[in-house]
Amino acid sequence: MTDIDIEPTDTVDARGAACPGPLMDLIGRVRSASPGDVILLLSDNEGSLTDVSEWVDETDNELLAVDETGDDYGFYVEVS
Amino acid sequence: MVDRIAILGGGTGGAVLANDLADRLAAEIDAGDVEVTLVNDGPDHVYKPVWLYVPFGQREPADGRRPLRELVDSRIDLVVDRVTGIDTGARELALRDAAGSLAYDYLAVATGSTLAPAEIPGLEAGGHDYYSESGAVALREELLSMTEGHLVLSVVGTPHMCPAAPLEFVFMADDWFRERGLREDVEITYTYPINRVHGNANIAEWARPLMDERDVGVETFFNAEAVDPDAGTIASMEGTELDYDLLVGVPPHRGVDVVAEADLGDRGWVDVDKHTLEAERAEGVYAIGDAATTGVPKAGSVAHYQAGVVARRIASEVRGRPATATYDGKTLCFIETGMDAASFVEFDYENPPSPAPPSEKLHWSKLAYNEAYWLTARGLL
Repeated sequence: MTDIDIEPTDTVDARGAACPGPLMDLIGRVRSASPGDVILLLSDNEGSLTDVSEWVDETDNELLAVDETGDDYGFYVEVS
Repeated sequence: MVDRIAILGGGTGGAVLANDLADRLAAEIDAGDVEVTLVNDGPDHVYKPVWLYVPFGQREPADGRRPLRELVDSRIDLVVDRVTGIDTGARELALRDAAGSLAYDYLAVATGSTLAPAEIPGLEAGGHDYYSESGAVALREELLSMTEGHLVLSVVGTPHMCPAAPLEFVFMADDWFRERGLREDVEITYTYPINRVHGNANIAEWARPLMDERDVGVETFFNAEAVDPDAGTIASMEGTELDYDLLVGVPPHRGVDVVAEADLGDRGWVDVDKHTLEAERAEGVYAIGDAATTGVPKAGSVAHYQAGVVARRIASEVRGRPATATYDGKTLCFIETGMDAASFVEFDYENPPSPAPPSEKLHWSKLAYNEAYWLTARGLL
């Protein structure tokens, strides 16, 4: 069980998508989000672990947490 | 009872599927047991790969258009009309012009991609593209008159049609300006949304050194946020701003509204099982080509192979047999690396691409296939 206690504003379910699909789905959702929104990206692709964190580093957005406890990865991204 | 098969869209996937079904189910169609209807919102079939060559003055948009009626088997009922509603519960299509609705037992959605440049402020006014006939023609005028300055090719949205085409465009532009003695006065920059130059890591790894050799500037992690046509700038979500003299944008893509309204998937794409190509949100519905979210490229070869799979599945179902045909992700692409050289990739869900060394032979193979394509549309190749 995860101990991450973050309530996302929105969830992007990109499970099943090949890279860079999950990251592009996240970016697409960030485009239409408001500052302060927290987007939860669900991905089952290991590549997302590097794709997502590297992209967030390039922006003013923040990767609050990564949930790696289940079968999928959960990325909590706060929009700047 | 007659089995009614409706195909929505007469592009590569729709045309190949129609002709495959006409051949496979010829006896049943002739006996009046099966009806196949192809609905397209115009009389012509459009072969989009021609557009890449239009800006360089090598092809005309008319080279990519032929009447569907000439390409599609006479056993197929061709309806030139626009579908305005898909009722997957009642299994009916609403049509704009025809009276009444079109009932189906099996539906294949092959509605392709549409461009959505308005999603990026300023892109329509400031950018050019070669992902439409009108865009390719307008870009030709700009490119032919360009003798110096900064050409920026920005991949704004993914997924987009023909993932290799942005790489092809900058390789061709490099060669084209070089041959004309203008390359030293024309700077070329390529931008891509993620941290490499192509979605597929193997293709990116292959292409990047070629871009460096050819002095094509690269900006990765560049997700266009806005274009300022007056200032001639394009700014990214990541905070980078580029000046341009000619902006070639690969606009965001969407499927079609009628698919989105039918709730078959997001943004007008159809959620499908990537092997059976059956829609996940409706019974009796398949999707092929760009319209289907399989994760493989939105490319003609994909639509072609998927059409064959769906034809076999529908034919099995019509005959009361289990449908066993599945799609394995097979994709073929020629990739132009200049005006007289090309590479080639072939891959599927399990086997990644390994681009072939560029050669003149592969370039001519690509051009030859573009001519032979009309045999594919007819279901012969």
